Amino acid sequence: MKNKLSLFAVPYVVWMALFVVAPIVMVVVYAFSTADGGFSLSNFARMGTYAVIFTRSFKLALIATAICLLVGYPVAYMMAKEGPGFQRIASVLIMLPMWVNFLLRTYSWMSILEKNGLLNQLFSAIGLFDLINSVFGTNIQYFKMIGTSGAVVLGMVYNYLPFMILPIYSVIIKLDNSLLEAARDLGANSAGVFRKVILPLSLPGVLSGITMVFVPSVSTFAISRLLGGGTQMMLGDLIEQQFLGGAYNPHLGSAIALVMMVIVVVCMWVMNHFGEGEEQAVML
Amino acid sequence: MSKELIRLANCTMAFDDEVVLDNINLYINDKEFLTLLGPSGCGKTTTLRIIGGFQTPTSGDIFFDGVRINAVPPHKRAINTVFQKYALFPHLNVYENIAFGLRIPKTDEKGKKVKLPEEEIHQRVMEMLEVVNLKGFDKRHITQLSGGQQQRVAIARALVNKPKVLLLDEPLGALDLKLRKDMQNELKRIQKAMEITFIYVTHDQEEALAMSDTVVVMDAGKIQQIGTPEDIYNEPKNAFVADFIGESNIIDGIMRADGVVEIFNRRFRCLDGGFEKDEPVDVVIRPEDVDIVPEDQGQLKGTVTNVTFKGMQYDIIVDFYGFKWLIQTTDLSPVGSRIGIKIDPDGIHVMKKSHYSGMFGDYSSYSEEYEEISDASFDPDEDQEGGDEE
Repeated sequence: MKNKLSLFAVPYVVWMALFVVAPIVMVVVYAFSTADGGFSLSNFARMGTYAVIFTRSFKLALIATAICLLVGYPVAYMMAKEGPGFQRIASVLIMLPMWVNFLLRTYSWMSILEKNGLLNQLFSAIGLFDLINSVFGTNIQYFKMIGTSGAVVLGMVYNYLPFMILPIYSVIIKLDNSLLEAARDLGANSAGVFRKVILPLSLPGVLSGITMVFVPSVSTFAISRLLGGGTQMMLGDLIEQQFLGGAYNPHLGSAIALVMMVIVVVCMWVMNHFGEGEEQAVML
Repeated sequence: MSKELIRLANCTMAFDDEVVLDNINLYINDKEFLTLLGPSGCGKTTTLRIIGGFQTPTSGDIFFDGVRINAVPPHKRAINTVFQKYALFPHLNVYENIAFGLRIPKTDEKGKKVKLPEEEIHQRVMEMLEVVNLKGFDKRHITQLSGGQQQRVAIARALVNKPKVLLLDEPLGALDLKLRKDMQNELKRIQKAMEITFIYVTHDQEEALAMSDTVVVMDAGKIQQIGTPEDIYNEPKNAFVADFIGESNIIDGIMRADGVVEIFNRRFRCLDGGFEKDEPVDVVIRPEDVDIVPEDQGQLKGTVTNVTFKGMQYDIIVDFYGFKWLIQTTDLSPVGSRIGIKIDPDGIHVMKKSHYSGMFGDYSSYSEEYEEISDASFDPDEDQEGGDEE
């Protein structure tokens, strides 16, 4: 070893080999075999049955990622452009919820969105339902929020938004101010500077934000179960059932996990391939 | 070179009560190569940024072609800038960097946004690549270019917009000596060929003298002197200018009459006049204007304390009555030898006393000062006066 310091990396290398590489190998082995131990593709043959869940998972994760991007980019941009005072307050506000346990945060959304939850009580108190009912002649007593795909998306956005904001922020804050001045100098107005310089140069942050939101979103199971009320089953739930639930079948679970992994990796590869030029540029 | 193009009138710039520019008055002629010269923090970059529109003076006005432009943002000025560290767009190749300004829709007389046709953009970019000797580099990525090539892309990117004025902020600072010399000639050539005004900021006096039509020497937020390179060198206005431009021995003197100045109790003939009788003055004697003669023939007599071989000449330090002079000579006078010197009247330049008097001129601490003066390699991190600090 060239550097004695790299000896310190040995524990982690061992750790990775044991707990990252080995499990993946096991997943692959399980996916291509059946309970009797023989090689088989039957697990994958059953995949079509779960097309609905695959579609739902990717659809909800995509929607959540898109919303995170739309909401997160302006926040990240503002944080980078405003003074350090705003920066500090904003980063504390963004980080603060992450110090509260993930499940607790999601449970609290349940009590907000429930049939008799905080939101519906509020709407009722301000007479929103009466108003709607008198205008449209309906008889609405509450909004159904929990158990909808919207609630699941909301949970994802709420939980993963910081992972979109922070990478974008850290790229924008590092942009050389002289580049922005150069663009103005060459005739670009504020919109032009943003579109032609800031946006393309912040793409690497956007890409890593998308990755960091999309990957956990697509594989989530707690959010979909708590806020989806059992009607919004996602891949994470499906896989969990194969390992812990009554439908115990780790071979099928592994196959589903493997297919999901391959799809995610392909998505990421395609995306990063597009962003390669910009990524290089920022390495500069 | 007659028409006035830019005027700064009573421009003052202050950041949090720190005055960076103190009542600057300056006009710049069309097609002129003007250099703002001074040490770090003298306000030269701030002056440039005011002209470029990146800063608005705290008080005072700036005129372009007779029109007050204080509130005109940079993208609406017929001025382009070559930035200190080039500020090339890393996500675009050479071609697209140069085309950046051309691709921005311009507003025509009727207020309509007009885009340049692609053929014209292509033609102008290609022309510009030729002007800066980068033919065939159009598809290159910015990261694949050397410092000198990046520099030339930055110049092309600014010039392709056909500005009336090009601002250059220490553009050669990051290049090595050989390349600097080449680029100096290159810039001068481009300025002549394009027939536009260059406003150039540097702390390198050699560069300023070599390239400029007019040199503006600045220090502490004030203009110390404006003149041709010859004026600045031969007729410095005060001890600061004399010290900053070239090497100089600056000695206390007393003006006894027009054309007669007394140094070290000896009277010398000079060409200056217009002073009060017996007025204390600063006397500048350039190291190359001193003739070494045998001790008994000298107007002044001193002891050589240090000799440095410089190739073309020896730099020798001579102690005259406790005050050390720098003299440049082609004849070797060994350390410890006694010599005499003679100075012709045109080698003596008399200046009014200023608050810079007594701060420069003695070469007692020659070696350190020499280090500083000869340090042509410029470290941009040292020179923060135009950057974020402001």
